[in-house]
Amino acid sequence: MGLEIAFWILAIIGVVAALAVVLLRDIFRAALSLVLCFLTVAGIYVTLSADFLAAVQVLIYVGAISVLIILAIMLTREVQRGSPANRLRIPAFVVAVLFFGAVVFAMVNTPWQVVDTPPLEPTTSALAIKLFGEGGFILPVEIAPVLLLAAILGAIVLVREK
Amino acid sequence: MSIGLEHYLILSAILFSIGLYGALAKRNAIVILMSIELMLNGVNIAMVAFSRYIVPLLLTGQVFAIFIMVVAAAEVAVGLAIIIAIYRSRETIDATEVNLMKW
Repeated sequence: MGLEIAFWILAIIGVVAALAVVLLRDIFRAALSLVLCFLTVAGIYVTLSADFLAAVQVLIYVGAISVLIILAIMLTREVQRGSPANRLRIPAFVVAVLFFGAVVFAMVNTPWQVVDTPPLEPTTSALAIKLFGEGGFILPVEIAPVLLLAAILGAIVLVREK
Repeated sequence: MSIGLEHYLILSAILFSIGLYGALAKRNAIVILMSIELMLNGVNIAMVAFSRYIVPLLLTGQVFAIFIMVVAAAEVAVGLAIIIAIYRSRETIDATEVNLMKW
């Protein structure tokens, strides 16, 4: 019962915050409501009993990515101009609604093979075995730091003063 | 009514569609990047929901969600660096005015 209440509260707050991100005129407020949306997604992970992912979501999205975005907003002085829509506003809305309808139609009509096994808790050690253990995802784990290193070097090169 | 897989999937579809609208309809490049983050979060919710309800003991969806977060962190770093570089050279980050690569 508590899970249902938590899900509905988090889902409603998250959807309202996501709508505020795309509808608010003020970019800075849009970024703050993006932070709120990230936090509610972390809460959604908790209701899905993904405790490690919830912590990672708070650390990476709420901690790092939102700070980067707010820093970029401060550096570009576009706050006064707001976030206007371009000429494609109505077609974009139609495309989004059509996409939503198609995806929901597919999701509701697919016979998912839901199993009733209670979820694994806590997930941290199981995830570590999955990532680093035998027959796991060790090769992607090795590739991900290379990607991060390339992204860091690329970001430094791009913003360096000439 | 108990919460099932469909609820989480529809929530993720709502977040993804809002992000899609923002990415298509906004002029400010930072807002476009924020909308892309919303879309990635929606995908992550779907991944974790599949992991919870279909393979609760394997956690494959959660592993995928971790990799999506890694890629999102790299993407936002490079994207914001590009936006700041464009702002330095052209004094605007309006996506409709940045048409340097348009033929």
